[in-house]
Amino acid sequence: MNDHHLILRVVARILIAPIFLYGLYVQFHGDFGPGGGFQAGVIFAVGFILYGTIFSLRQLRAKFPDHVIHRLMAVGVLMYGGTGVLGMIFGDNFLNYGQLGPYPIAAQHYGIIAVEVGVGLAVFAVMLSVYYAFAGRSGSIDDKDW
Amino acid sequence: MELALTLLLFTLLVTTAIAIVFMTRLFAVVMLSGVFSLLAALLFIVMDAVDVAFTEAAVGAGISTVLMLSTIALTARSETPTRTSSWTPLAVVVLTGSVLIYGTLDMPNFGDPTAPVISGVAAGYIERTPSEIDVPNIVTAVLASYRSFDTFGEVVVVFTAGIGVVLLLSGLGRRRRRQGGSDR
Repeated sequence: MNDHHLILRVVARILIAPIFLYGLYVQFHGDFGPGGGFQAGVIFAVGFILYGTIFSLRQLRAKFPDHVIHRLMAVGVLMYGGTGVLGMIFGDNFLNYGQLGPYPIAAQHYGIIAVEVGVGLAVFAVMLSVYYAFAGRSGSIDDKDW
Repeated sequence: MELALTLLLFTLLVTTAIAIVFMTRLFAVVMLSGVFSLLAALLFIVMDAVDVAFTEAAVGAGISTVLMLSTIALTARSETPTRTSSWTPLAVVVLTGSVLIYGTLDMPNFGDPTAPVISGVAAGYIERTPSEIDVPNIVTAVLASYRSFDTFGEVVVVFTAGIGVVLLLSGLGRRRRRQGGSDR
């Protein structure tokens, strides 16, 4: 039924891998250039959404089921909060990274990376589950309907 | 050059907004709102706010467009024509717009070094970041370290929003009813 979307599929197949790579770049290069966890999470989710839209939402949901993605939302937030609590365990204030590394600047870098990964995970999972929630309710739509 | 670029982008932005108002096919409206976000992102780049531009392009032009498309797939494809008079909404919009423009008269000029936003803690962050945090992108240093409490709050807000959408739309209630409430 979707055979006439050939160009879209070929382009998407080429694009998806670079999107993930770019998402990782934005995630871990946020200290040096524009970007960070929030943007990386969105870009990562976009790669999944592109797959779900062009190829098969059902396969995507089978591989990355709802309950896993829902837990990932909480894992992201807990990772952020956990980094803060870790600072407290080491005798500092909440979300103060000063004690997390061998010397203060390294500690700041570790803290920032951990926190950004938490943001990225949470945003990625939220975007994907919002997409699941919306797209999972509608059947496939005929081209003429648009 | 920069002024001409800004003027061009603002003209395109206003044109897109007017086009959105006159469209009735929601598919075109969604696409144009994606264009609107992309133009806004370009404006942010002209203003040197690259991080904001990045977010606007990824969220406004990317994810929102997809989510709006999914929404019109669930609801209607074209706008229902209204029969009521449009004078009251127009008056409200004109009034709000003029109040907002009046508000901008009080604002400092763009790039004014004495602006309250800049004269506060910002200078301190710029001064201290190289020695205390040592990352080239000061925005990241502010977001993830100096102001990580705020960012934590933002992440929790995103998380809460996600939970809200999932609860509203995933149809847990229906599934439970179909199973006869047996999973309690």
